[in-house]
Amino acid sequence: MSLIPAALATATGLGVAGAAAGLVLPQRVRGAVVGVLTAGVGVAGGASGVAALGGSRWSAEVPGLLPLAGTHFAVDALSGLFMAVAGAVVAAVAVYGAGYVAGGAHGLGSRGAQAVLPLFALSLLLVPAAASVSTFLLLWELMALTSLLLVPAEHRARPAVREAAVWYAVMTHLGLVLLLVGFMVYAAQAGGETFAALRSGSGAMSPAVRGLVFVLTAVAFSSKAGLVPLHAWLPRAHPEAPSAVSALMSAAMVNLGVYGLVRVGFDLLGGGPAWWWLLAMAMGGLSAVYGILQAAMASDLKRLLAYSTSENMGLVVLGVGAAGLFDHAGNKALAGLALAAALLHVVNHSAFKALLFCAAGSVLRATGERNLDLLGGLRARMPLTTGLFALGALGAVALPPGNGFISEWLLLQSMIHGLAVPGVTTAIVLPVAVAVIALSSGLAAAVFVKALGVGFFARPRAEGAAAARESPLLMLAGMGLLAALCAALALVPGLLGDGLDRAVEAAGRPGTRPVSGGGLQVRLDEVSAVFSPLWVVATLTVTLGAVTATVRWAGRRRQRRTRARLWDCGGGAPTPRMAYTATSFAEPLQRVFDDVLAPEQDVDVTPMRESAYLVERVKFRNRVPDRIEHRLYRPVLDFLAAAGQSARRLAGGSVHAYLGYGFFGLVTLLVVLVVGW
Amino acid sequence: MNTVGYTAIVLQVGAVVAGAPLLTGLMRQTRARLEGRAGAGVLQPWRDVRKLLRKEPITPVGTGPAFRWAPPLLVATSLVLAVLVPLISTDTPVRGRADLIVVVSLLALGTLALALAGLDTGTAFGGMGASREMTIAALVEPTILMAVFALSIPAGSTNLPVIVAGAADQPARLTSPAGLLAIAALAVAVLAESGRLPVDNPATHLELTMVHEAMTLEYAGPDLALVEFGAHLRLTVLLGLLASLFAPWGIATGASLAAVLLALLLAVLKVAVLGMALAAAEVFWAKLRLFRVPELLAGSFLLALLAVTASYFLGGEGGQR
Repeated sequence: MSLIPAALATATGLGVAGAAAGLVLPQRVRGAVVGVLTAGVGVAGGASGVAALGGSRWSAEVPGLLPLAGTHFAVDALSGLFMAVAGAVVAAVAVYGAGYVAGGAHGLGSRGAQAVLPLFALSLLLVPAAASVSTFLLLWELMALTSLLLVPAEHRARPAVREAAVWYAVMTHLGLVLLLVGFMVYAAQAGGETFAALRSGSGAMSPAVRGLVFVLTAVAFSSKAGLVPLHAWLPRAHPEAPSAVSALMSAAMVNLGVYGLVRVGFDLLGGGPAWWWLLAMAMGGLSAVYGILQAAMASDLKRLLAYSTSENMGLVVLGVGAAGLFDHAGNKALAGLALAAALLHVVNHSAFKALLFCAAGSVLRATGERNLDLLGGLRARMPLTTGLFALGALGAVALPPGNGFISEWLLLQSMIHGLAVPGVTTAIVLPVAVAVIALSSGLAAAVFVKALGVGFFARPRAEGAAAARESPLLMLAGMGLLAALCAALALVPGLLGDGLDRAVEAAGRPGTRPVSGGGLQVRLDEVSAVFSPLWVVATLTVTLGAVTATVRWAGRRRQRRTRARLWDCGGGAPTPRMAYTATSFAEPLQRVFDDVLAPEQDVDVTPMRESAYLVERVKFRNRVPDRIEHRLYRPVLDFLAAAGQSARRLAGGSVHAYLGYGFFGLVTLLVVLVVGW
Repeated sequence: MNTVGYTAIVLQVGAVVAGAPLLTGLMRQTRARLEGRAGAGVLQPWRDVRKLLRKEPITPVGTGPAFRWAPPLLVATSLVLAVLVPLISTDTPVRGRADLIVVVSLLALGTLALALAGLDTGTAFGGMGASREMTIAALVEPTILMAVFALSIPAGSTNLPVIVAGAADQPARLTSPAGLLAIAALAVAVLAESGRLPVDNPATHLELTMVHEAMTLEYAGPDLALVEFGAHLRLTVLLGLLASLFAPWGIATGASLAAVLLALLLAVLKVAVLGMALAAAEVFWAKLRLFRVPELLAGSFLLALLAVTASYFLGGEGGQR
């Protein structure tokens, strides 16, 4: 029982110590000390999460810490799950980060960034522990601000960083405003601001107010989770942040959007009408397909990964929405299953996405290049990083030996068996949801084949990639930890044991024990399904061995492999310029989804001066803009800019006019007061 | 479990391994005869595999482990599928593990391995093949999973032996509108997954049209033997899956050796007939343009979606649960 507060206190102490160390220590030792302290934050926070998953609970009130409201903390298994995930990611990424900043005084290694990093890590761990509106919002804002300070850390290297930070700042604070309004309405109606008061007060609220609270908070949380259409900050901020920070944001911070949705929707409001959850499913489904489509078009490795985060969070929210729908229909067991699938996908996504972002960071560090079109050939130059990226990609494509498959299998099972819930809504929504999951996993396969095959295999297409060298040991060690986590989740998901069930139960739904021992099983009333990842891996390995042995035996006279030139069609050795790039790889998909993506293509043909028939130069440009962003944000931004421009006319520079404004303003105010009172 | 169950698995895998090249040979021979050619004989694919296996292994310069390990992985996934798919008996020791979603994903794993190998060569052909193959694979996925969905509704499970045994018990499931729509949808998906006409032409080496062949252009010797053998295995397993799902008659559901042997005979017959029918149909089909393939797959997806909604709304016996 006493482990959770002790671990949380330790984490807080280490976080503050890390911030102080980042501020005062000289650059020589700064990275190492801050790395160790941040890893400690992760380990301690993760330990408290694991303890909560093991069944401990803890709650406390610290009255004096905040004026008026005081602070409230409570840790149950649902918080524990998110704390354990964040802790594991923070610990591994801190090790990676210590290697990442070694020898660099700018970017993430700078005094300011190193001071903020431990605080960001700490806020990731503390947000799920908050148990009152003011505590939650305070920690939420701490998380937003610290990450906001870390995003532009590499502003000296790339000018685009500034724009990304502005987008992130604006969107995260719009989200905060929505959250603030939603929670204010909720607390006012429920008659108290602690989560316990909200929970007990929600039953007496009118459906309209409950709906308003849900929509406001759900939209705010979905913007943090990077769901379409509020995703615009994510593909900007995640690629431009230093890679260690990208990993933390993509693998731990976006999860908290899901946490908020589950906490408010299931636990505090206690479920709601079908339209809430259909809204969530619509946003989730849209994000899943749109996110992975944009990832399929992206040539920037980190941008691709960021869009894939949007996709995976979409799948998670799809599962959460389905759980709410089943819950509303009264099938609690199925709701528990869908929620467990969604939470398991959060865990799996965090493991592989942190690994992928770290590997992408290693590539960026070694080559100075994020553009897949200019990479290639890293397999021979960075074999370990390539292997680690491949392992993460296997998780991301949702195919059997990977960890992503396990949660998507569970999600599909819950959807397929959801037809047991009567009603036309489920009969229409669930097939569409299955199709969305299938399409996004199919496209994810194409996306990660592109990332791995074009970015890491074949031959280098630019000097940066040709000069790449393997990453330092600390970075490899950090990635190794994440890879071990991925492998463990893929092979023995039973390691999560009852923790997943307890988390589902903490959200007020019955656990169905989908994960146990070495495998997964679904057991509902009349439904059963079993999947054992260990068996699949063992059978595949044995068969692979048998096949290679047979081939060896059949060709026993000739064992040595001889080397030969690639087939060149008789035209001389093919150069790397002839190889397929990421853009060309994505071209068929771009044509198939032409109507959705609306790519922009220009061809500039410059003819010779002597004759219009002779061409001097042809310039071809292909761009796939983010269409939702284009259509949704551009008009708003243009309107604001136009309003600002027209407002400038008021400020003509004449002192008399300004005095006049003051006078009229005062008179109007007085008139309003006199008439209105 | 039972010795008969193990015998059934051994017989099934043996039949698939021995029969896969023969099936391809049979299809090529059927096609040749229908086109008025003499044909190379049913045994030719086996002769090819044997010849290639005895050649020296060759590694093209600049390729890596992905290129090296893709062919054995392709064959291994196909062999695991040959174990899992209930072609002759639903009462085998692996019946609990034969989940239809896992089967579909293992198929995709083989495709993915080969696509990575294609990119690993760093040639334009390899990349072109990989890009096209992954595009098609991505679009097939919704169709195939939706067909899985439609099939699992009456059985209440995605477990293959349960679905097959259920259909063998109640043949009315197959002739219901949902069953027929699901058959049609899955048949198109199988054509796309196995790279047959009208989606891909396994006999072409033309830049404009080739998909699968472009990825495997750099393979030679034993590696090529594995790639070809893997393609034969996949086709056999997929046709067998189709036969088991939509013509489950004769598949052994109990622990009787005689029933298993009879089922083996019937399975060989069913797959051979299916293969010959496909080969005969291919004589009359032209390959679709690559960018018309999505339309075909969208059509098949629509059929599968109709199958799901039909099985829900029309209910029927065992339909609405």
